[in-house]
Amino acid sequence: MDTTRLAIDLAAILAGGAPLVIAALGETISERAGVVNLSLDGKMLLAGMTGFAVGLHTGDVLLGFAAAALVGALVAAVLCLVSLRLRQSQTAVGFVLALLCTDLSSFLGNPYNRVSGVAVSHLPVPWLADIPWLGTVLFDHTPVIYLSMLLIPAAWWFLFRTRQGLVLRALGERPAAAFARGSAVVPLQAWYVVIGGALVGIAGAAYTLDLKQGWSYRHTAGIGWIALAIVIFGGWNPWRVALGCYLFGALQTLATRWQGAPPGILAEIPTQIYQLAPFALMILVLALVNGATNPAVARIAAGLPEPLRRPALWALGRLSVEAPAALGQSFVRP
Amino acid sequence: MDVAIEQLTRTFGGVRANDGITLQFAAGQIHGVLGENGAGKSTLMKVLAGFIRRDSGEIRLAGAPVELGTPAAAARAGIGMVHQEPLDVPAFTALENFLCGSDPVVFGDWRAARARLIEWNARLGFSVDPAERTGRMTVGQRQQLELMRLLTAGARLLILDEPTTGISAAQVDALFAALRQLAASGRTVLFVSHKLDEVAALCDTVSVLRAGRLQPPGQLAMPQPQAALLRAMFGEALAQPDAVATAQPAAAGAAVWHLDDATVRDGVLALERMTLTIPAGMAVGLAGLEGSGQQLMLRLLAGAVRPVSGRVMSGGRDLGGAGMAQARARGIEYLPADRLSAGLIGSFDLGEHLELLAPRRWWRDRVAARAAAGRAIATFDIRGTPATPLQALSGGNQQRAMLALMPDTLRGLLLDQPTRGLDVASARLVWQRIAERRRGGTAVVFASVDLDELLEHADALLVFVGGRVSRLIPRAQLDAPRLARLIGGIGFEEAR
Amino acid sequence: MSHPTHVPRWRAVPLAPLLALLAAPGFVTVLLWLSGTPVLATWQLMLSGWASTAATRADTLMLAAPLLLCAAGLTITFAAGLYNLGIEGQVTFGAIGCMAVMRAFPDWPTPLLWTMALAGAMLAGAIWAGAAALLRRYGRVSEIFAGLGLNFLATGCVLYLVAGPWKKSGSASITGTEPLARELWLPTFEGVRLAPVAPALGLLAIGVVWLVLARSRWGLEIRAVGINAAAAERLGVPAAQRMTAALAVCGALAGLAGGLQVLAVFHALVSNVSSGIGLLALLVVLLVDARPAWVLPVALTFAAFAISAFKLPLALQVDSSLGGVVQGALVLCALIARALVVRRT
Repeated sequence: MDTTRLAIDLAAILAGGAPLVIAALGETISERAGVVNLSLDGKMLLAGMTGFAVGLHTGDVLLGFAAAALVGALVAAVLCLVSLRLRQSQTAVGFVLALLCTDLSSFLGNPYNRVSGVAVSHLPVPWLADIPWLGTVLFDHTPVIYLSMLLIPAAWWFLFRTRQGLVLRALGERPAAAFARGSAVVPLQAWYVVIGGALVGIAGAAYTLDLKQGWSYRHTAGIGWIALAIVIFGGWNPWRVALGCYLFGALQTLATRWQGAPPGILAEIPTQIYQLAPFALMILVLALVNGATNPAVARIAAGLPEPLRRPALWALGRLSVEAPAALGQSFVRP
Repeated sequence: MDVAIEQLTRTFGGVRANDGITLQFAAGQIHGVLGENGAGKSTLMKVLAGFIRRDSGEIRLAGAPVELGTPAAAARAGIGMVHQEPLDVPAFTALENFLCGSDPVVFGDWRAARARLIEWNARLGFSVDPAERTGRMTVGQRQQLELMRLLTAGARLLILDEPTTGISAAQVDALFAALRQLAASGRTVLFVSHKLDEVAALCDTVSVLRAGRLQPPGQLAMPQPQAALLRAMFGEALAQPDAVATAQPAAAGAAVWHLDDATVRDGVLALERMTLTIPAGMAVGLAGLEGSGQQLMLRLLAGAVRPVSGRVMSGGRDLGGAGMAQARARGIEYLPADRLSAGLIGSFDLGEHLELLAPRRWWRDRVAARAAAGRAIATFDIRGTPATPLQALSGGNQQRAMLALMPDTLRGLLLDQPTRGLDVASARLVWQRIAERRRGGTAVVFASVDLDELLEHADALLVFVGGRVSRLIPRAQLDAPRLARLIGGIGFEEAR
Repeated sequence: MSHPTHVPRWRAVPLAPLLALLAAPGFVTVLLWLSGTPVLATWQLMLSGWASTAATRADTLMLAAPLLLCAAGLTITFAAGLYNLGIEGQVTFGAIGCMAVMRAFPDWPTPLLWTMALAGAMLAGAIWAGAAALLRRYGRVSEIFAGLGLNFLATGCVLYLVAGPWKKSGSASITGTEPLARELWLPTFEGVRLAPVAPALGLLAIGVVWLVLARSRWGLEIRAVGINAAAAERLGVPAAQRMTAALAVCGALAGLAGGLQVLAVFHALVSNVSSGIGLLALLVVLLVDARPAWVLPVALTFAAFAISAFKLPLALQVDSSLGGVVQGALVLCALIARALVVRRT
């Protein structure tokens, strides 16, 4: 493959993965603080629709993004109220919110269906975009895509290198320890869930105002559910989560590539399957990642003959992930 | 910092855990707080640390009344507590735990924090590696880490709740040296314990709690005669040598359990190379501070854990890690201490529980189950109806319900804290039922923190200290003071 | 769903939905008003649209039937403490199983063929649910994500079949297979699309599930596992096996729903054969807190809302997703109301 083509493909993967990265990082923050927000897909749709509508009416893309972030934060706040404060199951509330927001986006977004609106403009980075090859890959995008790329180290830095990030992770690992260290556990969790929600909202607007410009019914095609799975695959670590997002994007790119394959066995298969394959594959990968933490699997690996044993154990160690220990449990003060 | 507590009371569901406690702790000293399990020591300390709120009473620090509603408020007031099970984050490195929740003013950056941790290590003679994952550290190291974190946060009143449980002798020495040093620097240290020799070795004063009250009122200056402290902790009767031996002599039945050089591990606990036989009809008491290995032993005998080496046999077959359902099929019943979270289906009534245990049939026979439940309620004197969800029953009635659910033929019965939280009448009934089973040839193994209960109902005892176990000691060789000393680790090596 | 502190049933049940019934329509009314939709006319249509003609009344029952079947199955998985989000895929696979039998044995006598096709549908649904159970038990993937992934996979399978081996002859369409021969459609009442077998099976299913959960030993064990798996294990109930079985039974009922969609509604295997019925059933079961006795009225109500909502675009130029908004708002408010009721007692 020639390198220009590769650069264009890589740039496409970075761009296509941007909303997924932003959404998955938002959920990572929420789950690191101990709260599962299953409403991700619906939230993304509702926020994306709102962002598009606001952008259309005001003609201001930034206002559109702000509105989307606000909607995402509001939905997250509802989840916090009902699950953290009223102590209903996070799973149940998140699921209901996901469906409710999806239908709300369709209902409220009806007037905007397939209407043309505003969009983020392309903004190559001065100087850097002119670097051969690398410039095409990294520096010839819209601001939203730069945001998604910057968010990865930023989220990692916040979670793993700052004092607030340390407390955030303590909330998800052992809220009682955070409480003992003087944190107001539930308000702090709510704060991070709302921030995560705002990011998911921005991700929704990244679709409607940038990547798949415009609004149509169920615009995200279920990508929000994949974001939830990728957070697990990524072991709640921003770098690995982002890697998962880009891998998923690469799979989708490959799928569209195969659609145009010359006649033969591959062309027999309808295009829709290619579009669905990455979703199914993601779940299989999830089974692999979770299965790696299963002691039974570790025992089997340890029992393998010598040339296989070491790489197998190494692979298990690399694959296995550990969820925040108190994920999904609501904290009650003693 | 001088601490004054005035008429402090805290109740939990009708039980007065702290009942009008008035007490002063002077600055620059190490104060012992003694008492057996459930005497109210931890409650008092958690109130001081802002963990639980008091119902009434007043707390003054250096003469000024303070409100200690949250750990944050307590920390601002200069109070820090090291919990028995260190309240840290196992997934963090030592340095991360050290930094977590610290005041941004204290550390400029992570490198400064690391330097500070190493500096504290050196000053106090501790051995915490900043890069080590906390979950992999020993309990002793985790305590050291917590202590250093609290000191960095500026704690002037340090509370340590049973800090010597599960830590090595060398770590105890290091801890004591550090505490002396901290007291000398003007800090107030509260040392909560249960072990007389440690209190004697370390503390300037001692206060004894019994059933939520100070006994005798106020502080005692150390040293005190051991007998006087034992009497204060356990009451008059226990301080006298063994008046009536009420336990029945062991029936020499066939072996129900046989441990063959078995070693079992769980985290920091390791019960090593145990060989012993428990015959039918015998009652074995497991004595020791809570969490010293008794539960691990019970789970081993219940088939829930697999020994690292050696075997645990029952009825001629290996029980090691066979699972509780398997053990149950072989006539072994395990009654956990936490009845609602591990023993019973909370929103089911007694009849529904009995149905689960009945021989399998397609359809439920609710009439028969209700009738059986009614009979069980009468036989076991359970305060409730056949339709009362078991979570609505009191602790004593839940325990009676667990006994009512035991199968008719039982070879072995394992109980964890069989009378915890029970009133006297309930406790007596529980032991009557267990005695009936023993007469029928059931071997009984029970863990208890109540010395009276152990001495009254066991034919032989195993004493657990910090994850190590004594040999099987016949009841006749023990009286209450000796047992209390053994639990406190005095003369334990000779009993192994 | 396990509630550690279950309140007395007579207090929890009627009050919570009552509070929700007040809050949810309030929210929807405000929404209509804000979006400039005619409030009264919309509500009137939402509440009565389903009853306007014999055809819409028939459609309501034909939608309620698979909804009841799925809700019946979900009642079991919820009793076992599981969130079976894979139910959409189980409906889809049931439809595939049904169509496979119909195509494989065209010479069989029709009643036998129907019976075998529906049995095939149940088997296929159970297998698909079993896959989620296996992933949960051995792959340690939560049934939520295993189910979601399998949903996508099931849709992929249908698309493959519709566009590949079972392709409509002479057409590149991927919307569905060749329709079944007219005499293979499940019989309907004269003039309407109501095949009485479907609602009858739905009613039967919810009745049997109620009976099994309330009266059978297996149902008792399922509920015990759902409330406290560790304690159930101590009392001799094999918890992991019961969870797997609960998922399989739910899958079978969902598969039956999928089979009925093929035989009585679409008369073909179409690409979106489940069309969100499984997720709607999840909402029904969440609203009634998995109490089988309340499933029937709520499922009928939700079906009526959905059918009414289909009339919105033509009559008032309002998007039909308003039906989903009403349903979702009801369930969310019910969760809130339930929490408030539990708090007060």
